[in-house]
Amino acid sequence: MIRDLTVQGAQMLLVLLVAPLFTGFVRKLKARLLRRQGPPLIQPYLDLIRLTRKEVVLAEQASWLFRVVPYLVFAATWVAASLIPTFRADLLFSWSADLIAIIALLGSARFYLALAGLDVGTSFGGIGSSREVMIASLAEPAMIMMVFTVALIAGSTQLSTVASFMASPAVGLRVSLGLALIALIMVAIAENGRIPIDNPATHLELTMVHEAMVLEYSGRHLALIELAGSLKLVLYVSLVACLFAPWGIEAAGTAPPTLALGAVAYLGKLAVGGFLLALFETSIAKMRVFRVPEFLGVALMLGLLATLLRFVSGSF
Amino acid sequence: MTLAVALASAAALLALAVFAVAIGRSAAATPIIYGASVFVTAISLVAAAAQLLGAAEPLGVTLPLGVPWIGAHFRLDALSAFFLVVVDFGALGASLFALGYGAHETAPQRVLPFYAAFLAGMTLVVLADDAFTFLLSWEFMSLTSWALVMSHHRVPENVRAGYVYLIMASFGTLALLLGFGLLAGPDGSYTFAAMRAAHPSATIGAFALILALIGAGSKAGVVPLHAWLPLAHPAAPSHVSALMSGVMTKIAVYAFVRIAFELAGAPSWWWSIVVLAVGGITAVMGVLYALMQHDLKRLLAYHTVENIGIIFIGLGLALAFQTYGMPFAAALSLTAALFHVFNHSLFKSLLFFGAGAVLTATGERDMEHLGGLIHRMPQTAFAFLIGCAAISALPPLNGFASEWLTFQAILLSPDLPSWGLKILVPAVGALLALSAALAAACFVKAYGVTFLGRPRSPAAAAATETDGFSLAAMLLLAAACLVAGVLPGLFIDALAPVDTALLGAHMPPQLGVPWLAIIPITASRSSYDGLLVFLFMLMSGGLAAFAIHRLASNRLRRAPAWDCGYPDASPATQYTAMSFAQPIRRVFGTMVFRAGETAEMPPPGDTRPARLAVEMHDLIWETLYAPLANVIGVAADRLNRLQFLTIRQFLSLVFSALVILLLVLAVWS
Repeated sequence: MIRDLTVQGAQMLLVLLVAPLFTGFVRKLKARLLRRQGPPLIQPYLDLIRLTRKEVVLAEQASWLFRVVPYLVFAATWVAASLIPTFRADLLFSWSADLIAIIALLGSARFYLALAGLDVGTSFGGIGSSREVMIASLAEPAMIMMVFTVALIAGSTQLSTVASFMASPAVGLRVSLGLALIALIMVAIAENGRIPIDNPATHLELTMVHEAMVLEYSGRHLALIELAGSLKLVLYVSLVACLFAPWGIEAAGTAPPTLALGAVAYLGKLAVGGFLLALFETSIAKMRVFRVPEFLGVALMLGLLATLLRFVSGSF
Repeated sequence: MTLAVALASAAALLALAVFAVAIGRSAAATPIIYGASVFVTAISLVAAAAQLLGAAEPLGVTLPLGVPWIGAHFRLDALSAFFLVVVDFGALGASLFALGYGAHETAPQRVLPFYAAFLAGMTLVVLADDAFTFLLSWEFMSLTSWALVMSHHRVPENVRAGYVYLIMASFGTLALLLGFGLLAGPDGSYTFAAMRAAHPSATIGAFALILALIGAGSKAGVVPLHAWLPLAHPAAPSHVSALMSGVMTKIAVYAFVRIAFELAGAPSWWWSIVVLAVGGITAVMGVLYALMQHDLKRLLAYHTVENIGIIFIGLGLALAFQTYGMPFAAALSLTAALFHVFNHSLFKSLLFFGAGAVLTATGERDMEHLGGLIHRMPQTAFAFLIGCAAISALPPLNGFASEWLTFQAILLSPDLPSWGLKILVPAVGALLALSAALAAACFVKAYGVTFLGRPRSPAAAAATETDGFSLAAMLLLAAACLVAGVLPGLFIDALAPVDTALLGAHMPPQLGVPWLAIIPITASRSSYDGLLVFLFMLMSGGLAAFAIHRLASNRLRRAPAWDCGYPDASPATQYTAMSFAQPIRRVFGTMVFRAGETAEMPPPGDTRPARLAVEMHDLIWETLYAPLANVIGVAADRLNRLQFLTIRQFLSLVFSALVILLLVLAVWS
């Protein structure tokens, strides 16, 4: 019991601590791919510390909701991120929320953040919020369709069960899984505001979404939101790894060597994921905001197609 | 005993209505009537809950009322007890709210009698056990709610709403009347007990189902029969809007469940396909309509249409599983649908109360004239936020719990043997996911534009917090939303007798599950624990707050908004309801509403303001209702001449009608 609790706690801490590092890693890789030196790997940690030390400059017309939202967003994202198996499946509380609930947790983080964008009553906040909900209105169904496919193949929406099934030889090569993987990656790119949907590096461009929404935040509030953003990126990479590359997390027992193996495998998967993300982002241009629905429409159609295939025949 | 209490409270409400006619004009009438309603509905709620939770045997009684020699049959079984709980809880909340809100009513004598009578009508519909009593109560409920819609009859908009409502309500009752007529058969066995025992043939059952879908669906607001709903619900006083949207639409769901699952016999293969398709389309169309509104109450009314769609998706799945002999999956789907019925009655009432509080504080329903109310009405804003989060299906609140169950039911459907369903169910799942995501967008808009930002009118800037009774009602419902979301197992277990009565199976009991999680099928398949998710969120949020406030800077300075260095003092520069929905209008509206924008930019030097005009079409109204109304109008004009015939012409008309009828009879036999 104590040991299970420790492993669960370690998982929560691991995602929290590794999240800024991962963001820094992707930034560094992108810079190197562009032949720039780039900031040091630990720059996101330094940024967070700097932000928490600064005072908060709060807009005069900001309400209590504006000050509560960073904590809500951070809490929802952290809980969602700690429920995804990273180095070890079957954690103590992994049954308390399945994949649908995890998506809904991310949805609530977005809901509150979009409200905060409207709170101060500026045009930039409004533009960010309205675009964010438009993107979400397509990304969420695509994500649910992906979940349907995976859940129908594994016979469960419980991530630990799905991960064990995906690691077993019973799964085989399936068309629907391939389609679901593409849909998931497209949604992950959109949800994290990466190129080509949004550019995490810009602040002043009329196509911006996420950055416009959090424009009025400063100090510790901004630190929490940035940390939640990093957590979300790690969450999606972990989710792809857990569903489609579950090697190293299904081993039974909580003996330290298996755990260490799992942790090493997880870090390796993160590194590969980060490298692919950086490569993808440097090789593509950002698209106009009204091309985004087409991009996400494709993801939704792929998800629906995958589900349909699975409904029509168990062997796809 | 419980049936007697429920009937006695209906009688008490009727007596209250008569009493309200007598004292309606006095100042004391409002607190007396609403106070008495709170009392009566609370007693009835306890009785209904006792019947449901005790899983007691159905109780029946025949009263010597109504049609001679037949009498009025009443019965309280698990299904009626559940819906009675929904009615009484909604009515309790509405009456409590109205203790404060009703004081602002300008013509209480036009509201009070009909309010009590409306509550009695809804109670009697769920208790009725024969077609006469049912239709009589149904029509009574429709007419009293119509009178409430017309309570401010000098507003031209309300008159139109009342007119459309009256036509649609009579049309719906007509469909139900025909349906019951078919089920009663040539012997005229009008009691539900006889219909249950009769096992109608497939053809009769099919007609009865379609007529029930039309009759009950038009009251529930199923697309395309929803046209009256967004007109009529907002026109009534807000506590009545809450009842009509939160509770009366559920009575329609009750009528559909009663007929489809119990009276119409064994389901045919295509029933579930029709119901699922209708549900999916209703869900998405309802939320898209809602997104395009900028009248707060009308937005909420359209959103009811979406939730009715979600409920019908659950009912369709239950029918599908029942058709193919999968009673446990059917029980899961029916539980999901009925749990959503309960949840929707909670949060929709809460949201309409919030809209009513905003209306009394500012005199505005138009969101474009609101804004910034969170500063001046903090408690209303808090309760309304809970309602918005619950209706957007965000964990750990109750809307998510029932939608999660619906998703779990969808995931069981590949086992269905029917090809039509194999293709349809994933599409309906996609529509459900789409409507859930759009609902969140819709309520970000509703809350953000109404309560956040800066006031867009002097009325919004001068608003004050609403009264204590209204706040108590809103906070009560907000608390209920949280409880139902955190402890869904309690409600699932309470629904078990309903499932058993209708389907012969129920979901596994949830109360024994550790940590109060819910496990619809098996633990390895899926589980959800609202309580733990809620505690985890509290803990991690609290931990973050603690760490930040201990380790980081606590300084805070108020300053003008940054807005990238160009803050504009005018509140007109904020996003409005229309502009917030613009991206979604561009993505979905161009197809669904043929939405278009025309920008008129004056040339340089011209001092006219630039104008942006948005054009949208309600295609259902334009292609279905308007031509129909046109045809009826033209036909009425033509037939109008029949009023001005001579006596000889009238007599010959009567004579020829008689001859034709006799000929028909002769040929027929």
